[in-house]
Amino acid sequence: MAILSKDEAQALLKKVLSYSTADECAVGLDGRTTGNIRYARNSVSTAGASDTVSLSVESRFGKRSGIATCNEFDEATLRRCVQRAEEIARLAPESPEYMPLLGPQTYLNPPSTAATLLTPATRAQAAADSIGLCSAKNLTAAGFLDGGARFTALRNSKGLESYQQSTSTDFSVTVRTADGRGSGYAIADATDPSKLNFKSLTQRAADKAASSVTAKAIEPGKYTVILEPAALMAGDDLSLLGGLVYNMGAREADEGRSFLTKKGGGNRKGEKLFDERVNIYSDPLNAEVPGNAFDGEGLPTKRMSWVEKGVVKNMFYSRFWAQKNNVAPTAFPSSFIMTGGTQSTAELIKSTAKGILVTRLWYIREVDPQTLLYTGLTRDGTFYIENGAIKFPIKNMRFNESPIIMLNNVEAIGRPQRLANCLVPPLKIRDFTFTSLSDAV
Amino acid sequence: MNRRDFVGLTGLGATALLLPTLPGFGAKRVDPARLLEPGADTVLKKRLADAALNAAKSAGASYADVRIGRSLNQYVFAREKQIQNIVSTESYGVGIRVLVNGCWGFASTSVVTEASLAATARLAADIAKANKLVLKEPVQLAPQQGFGEVSWKTPLVQSAFEVPVKQKADLLLAANAAAMANGANYINSALFQVNEQKYFASTDGSYIDQDVHRLWPTFNATAVDTKSGKFRSREALSAPVGMGYEYLTPSAAEQVRGPQGTDTIGYKLRYDLLADAALAGKQAKAKLTMKSVIPGKYDLVLDPGHLGLTIHESVGHPTELDRVLGYEANFAGTSFATLEWKAKNLPYGSKQVNIVADKLQPGAVGTVGYDDEGVKTKQWDIIKEGKLVDYQKIRDQAHIVGQKESDGCCYAQSWDDVQFQRMANISLKPSPTKMSVDEMVSKVDKGIYIAGAGSFSIDQQRYNFQFGGQLFFAIEKGKITEPIEDVAYQSNTQEFWGACAGSCDQSDYRLFGTFFDGKGQPTQSSSVSHGSATTRFNGVNVINTARKV
Repeated sequence: MAILSKDEAQALLKKVLSYSTADECAVGLDGRTTGNIRYARNSVSTAGASDTVSLSVESRFGKRSGIATCNEFDEATLRRCVQRAEEIARLAPESPEYMPLLGPQTYLNPPSTAATLLTPATRAQAAADSIGLCSAKNLTAAGFLDGGARFTALRNSKGLESYQQSTSTDFSVTVRTADGRGSGYAIADATDPSKLNFKSLTQRAADKAASSVTAKAIEPGKYTVILEPAALMAGDDLSLLGGLVYNMGAREADEGRSFLTKKGGGNRKGEKLFDERVNIYSDPLNAEVPGNAFDGEGLPTKRMSWVEKGVVKNMFYSRFWAQKNNVAPTAFPSSFIMTGGTQSTAELIKSTAKGILVTRLWYIREVDPQTLLYTGLTRDGTFYIENGAIKFPIKNMRFNESPIIMLNNVEAIGRPQRLANCLVPPLKIRDFTFTSLSDAV
Repeated sequence: MNRRDFVGLTGLGATALLLPTLPGFGAKRVDPARLLEPGADTVLKKRLADAALNAAKSAGASYADVRIGRSLNQYVFAREKQIQNIVSTESYGVGIRVLVNGCWGFASTSVVTEASLAATARLAADIAKANKLVLKEPVQLAPQQGFGEVSWKTPLVQSAFEVPVKQKADLLLAANAAAMANGANYINSALFQVNEQKYFASTDGSYIDQDVHRLWPTFNATAVDTKSGKFRSREALSAPVGMGYEYLTPSAAEQVRGPQGTDTIGYKLRYDLLADAALAGKQAKAKLTMKSVIPGKYDLVLDPGHLGLTIHESVGHPTELDRVLGYEANFAGTSFATLEWKAKNLPYGSKQVNIVADKLQPGAVGTVGYDDEGVKTKQWDIIKEGKLVDYQKIRDQAHIVGQKESDGCCYAQSWDDVQFQRMANISLKPSPTKMSVDEMVSKVDKGIYIAGAGSFSIDQQRYNFQFGGQLFFAIEKGKITEPIEDVAYQSNTQEFWGACAGSCDQSDYRLFGTFFDGKGQPTQSSSVSHGSATTRFNGVNVINTARKV
């Protein structure tokens, strides 16, 4: 029963709401059907499947709130779930940040595709294709393919109703040479799994592995770099662009503890902090990276500009903080889009006199929240560029750099690609700071 | 639930950013009183498990295991003068792993009936059969005796779930008040309580019932200078522990003073949350005006609450056999400490470095009676006098290094995740001869004392790393001179451990720990502790992390 239709979901939610005796009640359903396969050493290591639906009930008495959830849907369980939420609400302290539930909202309708989902057999075939390509060249593949469908539905006692269904599939592969001296990586995700070409992605990783075996050490320091999208955004860890956008909360800035805090008080909304070619926005209607139509409270998402021509255009306001500051609240988007030009990574390389091509950055951690200084390392394909061509592979290096400095040192912006449900262009950046060498391959 | 969803759901902002993922947070939320109700009895669980094992065998499995899991979590979050959220979750279900034709298959269900478990076992077998297409090396399982019906429970005085929610909320609010009265402008505090009730059964004839408890009180106190726009934070010096609520009863005997002149206090198996919060408020404020470090080579004196994270990254991870063999190549990475490297008998560190893996250590968060594939846990050597002597391995890996048994370090974060090799508690042995922290500092000419864990990053083969900390003090000519800021050290695992000049004795020994060791795809979190006494490392490269933007 993992994926309920809009009518099935709303009928169930309506029934649950009818059991409520609270002042306010909000109910939600979240369901997903997913499957995955993981391989390493050119052989499958694990594979699994999961089917889940859960119901959550938030009951409120005045400014007191309680939440309970269940994953069984017989009438007795549903009634018990509502009663339990009401019991917790009665015991909870009053929230000084209480906000009444939202009333009916109008939502955008993000594009969805009727994607044919992968099965255990098609997942195994994708893995077999990827492995086959590598073992034929005496290379070793390790990859992960994971995807499925999801729905979310909300309803509350103030008349709010929402429903959305989506699909997504993620694939990533690391290919290593048999002697362990070369490594390459490729990653992609798609709304429709048929858009993913497992063989060509594996080929890209295999090419990088094969061409990175004779890596030379160069002196750490400031270099012009071409950062491929996987060096800028990651779905499963911190990243330089992710670190920037997720730290754009207005409250933290207003409280004096963010890179967007203004000297003397307040925040830096409206200030030009980055190169004027930097534009970052979110748009639930984007055809390539369709977004969520609403957040967990049912607040509608819409097209929002976060950085426009290098200026901090908007910041994230929770409903509480927005009301306190007399501004509109912002629903947190499920995807970000950084605009770019038309140049491919290969074209960016052609226009580079001296520089470094970075396939991927990894183990990125915040060093100083004040300046958004991050550290991390290059991985899976790092190359020296001279006179518009890749000259030789180089050993990996650690960087210590802030995305604020990075986005001020923009030389060129390439063509955006989908990655981690975002659109991210490759960037050419001058004076990117590497601080030490690593022996890791 | 991913991190982004979590941030959106809780509106926690700064605190959420401290937490990469919360195990079980996506589970269903329940009344706190529900957490005290007993789970299904073992007679019922045995019957359910047998239904799954029989179905798996009928579907062609040469081996199968069933994990009936009930995960109970309660998280209390507070900021400044208010409780933000009290979240009680319960998750109940069953994960079934089968070996068919030398291939693993896994499936899980939240419908806990004999029929559903049998169907799930058949689904797991179907997945295993589909994977034959991509099987290169059939799985070889190290033999494992069945233990019959046995049980194990975390030794504890009082389960945190028995403590009234109000008492826990009041404790966090009191800690927040203490920090703010002493100089913090903001504080986020949290109390994590975890109870894993796991029933494991396998075709080897084991029926293992375990009741595992973990607790973690923590906070992040921030001081702000509005005029300059500068802010600095100091995190709690607590550790996650495998204990009950007794961890939060302060005891003078469990406190360890830092070197003279530092005004720092470390904690063994009893933590004084209020005293630490008060000190954190004072120290966060003081950080706003501290001198910035001059980069260069320093002798580092590292307190156990800091060194534990360095041990975790530079010894714990590279000695996990799945990384060594390449199973984590696509995500967490591999290891420099390959089988070929080990065969060369090269030094991992100086002769002072003795490191043990220990799944039995009292108070540690990775301590259990049996692992998640029915192996009785133990202690074993990883590094002896600076040489790598063994790895961490599970049943399907032992044969690869010519061994006959698993080390008992297999774990799944939940019933709906497949179990795999996870890090044991990995700890540095203290010095057998007497050595106090003051004596250690007295011998350092130019150094830095570091307490508490900060920023951390290491490459995918575990060579190059960089660590920050919470508190830094300059050492000159054998004396602590002043607190400093903007410190991080960069080194290489073998160089760093080669520069290890010895530890303090057992009286200084403490545990560091984490709830959030991430590995695998889909990523799973595991809890692990790392013990050590304060330890000296000579001539380490220190960088200054201050930047102008």
